[in-house]
Amino acid sequence: MALLEVKDLRVQFHTDDGIVKAVDGVDFTVDRGETLGIVGESGSGKSVTCLSILGLARGGRVAGEAQFEGRDLLKMHPDELRQVRGKQIAMIFQDPLSSLHPYYRVGAQIIEAIQAHEKIPKKDAHKRAVELLGLVGIPRPERRVDDYPHQFSGGMRQRAMIAMALALDPAVLIADEPTTALDVTVQAQILDLIERLQDEFGTAIIMITHDLGVVADMADTVLVMYGGRAVEVADRRTAYYHPHMPYTWGLLQSLPAIGPERDAERLHPIKGLPPSLIHPPSGCKFHPRCPYVMDVCTSEEPKLLPADASEPGHLSACHLTLEDKQRIWQQEVAPTR
Amino acid sequence: MSVNETQSGAAPAPGGSGDRQPLVRLTGIKKYFPITQGIIFQREVGRVHAVDGVDLEVAPGETLGVVGETGCGKSTLGRIAGRLLPVTEGTVEFEGRDVTNLKGKELRQFRRQVQMIFQDPYSSLNPRKRVGAIIGDPFQIHGIADGKERKLRVQELMEVVGLNPEHYNRFPAEFSGGQRQRIGVARALALRPRLIICDEPVSALDVSIQAQVINLLEDLQSEFNLTYVFIAHDLSVVRHVSDRVAVMYLGKVVELSDAKRLYAEPKHPYTGALLSAVPVADPDLAEKRERVILYGDVPSPIDPPSGCRFHPRCPKAQDRCVVEEPPLEPKAAGDLAACHFPLEPGENLAKAKPGIKQEIAAPAL
Repeated sequence: MALLEVKDLRVQFHTDDGIVKAVDGVDFTVDRGETLGIVGESGSGKSVTCLSILGLARGGRVAGEAQFEGRDLLKMHPDELRQVRGKQIAMIFQDPLSSLHPYYRVGAQIIEAIQAHEKIPKKDAHKRAVELLGLVGIPRPERRVDDYPHQFSGGMRQRAMIAMALALDPAVLIADEPTTALDVTVQAQILDLIERLQDEFGTAIIMITHDLGVVADMADTVLVMYGGRAVEVADRRTAYYHPHMPYTWGLLQSLPAIGPERDAERLHPIKGLPPSLIHPPSGCKFHPRCPYVMDVCTSEEPKLLPADASEPGHLSACHLTLEDKQRIWQQEVAPTR
Repeated sequence: MSVNETQSGAAPAPGGSGDRQPLVRLTGIKKYFPITQGIIFQREVGRVHAVDGVDLEVAPGETLGVVGETGCGKSTLGRIAGRLLPVTEGTVEFEGRDVTNLKGKELRQFRRQVQMIFQDPYSSLNPRKRVGAIIGDPFQIHGIADGKERKLRVQELMEVVGLNPEHYNRFPAEFSGGQRQRIGVARALALRPRLIICDEPVSALDVSIQAQVINLLEDLQSEFNLTYVFIAHDLSVVRHVSDRVAVMYLGKVVELSDAKRLYAEPKHPYTGALLSAVPVADPDLAEKRERVILYGDVPSPIDPPSGCRFHPRCPKAQDRCVVEEPPLEPKAAGDLAACHFPLEPGENLAKAKPGIKQEIAAPAL
């Protein structure tokens, strides 16, 4: 039994323009010490997936299952969920400036997080906050604990957020674009920190990002989302070296080539625009942009299934036959990478 | 499409632009922003050294990439080159003519030659104006085309950048991020400028859309013989589009080199660290690579460090770096770098140990 198992998750938002199907049937599992990378473009539903598990998708109608240690998070009473959230499943967000309260000292916010879940004296909680800030690499933590968020740099704020998330030693850490707002050098610091903390505490991590580079660095398993659905699930090497889904191919091809010899080549973008979530395309949601579209794609939505019997963990949602997938990848897509 | 040939054909020597006259020449550019205190009598209590002594040349037809972290002065430099900001010191020359102090009509004439594309396609377009008016504004401001002719030319531009000309009367809100960026590109093209300063033109876009806009910019460059200054923090995008790349740190150019060589053999330790920090979308490469982690943050540009500004974070720093500022000078292969102890080819920066005590150290864990 996996630590966290999500089955057929669906989230809908009712708006004046119609029903937005933000998440439309997503399954995944995460185990202790494992990192799941969720990739996708804006509006693919990757953030809503994680927010809804924690009951934070405000106004959304959530259906499905999210089993955590034998209990369904989606059917829990809000009070019960509040006990889990922050203590057993913690979350860090993209923008550390807007997720820290500007009126309160950084230390006070960490102390609040600790005291919300544990009955310990304020003095002990304060000591713990200092330790945590030191642990995540804030210099002179005993002094900086009394700073306000605006006195911290972007990287330090994200470290403070991580300190807060780790305060109660959670089993699962959800990181929603944790480094998108940061410079590459600071991003490297933060990713390094998250990796070392995972080694130390065995935390399961769900890393949501649009950056295929970050996923290649961090994730054990990669989940690719498009239009609210999971379209490919594979271990890290499979996802990058022989993916099956044309959308995954498109994402990899859109990046500037890695080898210096192919520098000057033109990029190969995916044609068109991401789908509307209110009036999604019929059949496979990727079909209007897919270069390999067939008749069946326009009418029938492909299921997320293992395509190759020799790779049981590799799932993809595409009507192409296995031979076609392998041939197209090898002959057309891989050479442009 | 002969984009690549024209680009490599126009690529000049890394240090300068060879024999040909540069399109833009920046000499000794300094830009300080005052920090004031008090409400009525504003005393100056300090200065942000945003750009602190930069010499750069841009050759006609080339793409000069400018990279660096937040606050290194790359956007300020771009705005100075486009004369959107006055300089504190130094001169801006365009086609050999000093344009540093142009005013009024002359400045307006100059601005027809230089246009900008901004990062955020949401805040750089007026939400209450129709697309036709946004792209047509440059014609009105410069009194070029009117009425029916303006509409015709705007629709032509929309077609050039891949927008549907029938959407002339739509508002920006009706377009997606990538399409909005195309509107910004069309507006920049309207006056047929020689130079376009692209300030993080694709940072706000999704990967698949990013590639569309980069391809568009490359096509336009060969079609209209444009020169680009491409400011970005994404090093892989900069490598893809640039002929030469300038790396900035705390208001100074620390390395200026041919794009391919910069990525293959960085000379400045900062460039080396920056490159090693970029995540690559290739798991095996990612595993093999040794990340050089720079601890701490970029120091404050109000009171920059003595000597080499990178010394408090540099893995190769020695006593000399604390006191003596290295000049930007030619190193191996004619590439410019400002460093007393430049990297040798094949040197492992991850194993380097600084010879001085640095305040910022690795976290406890």
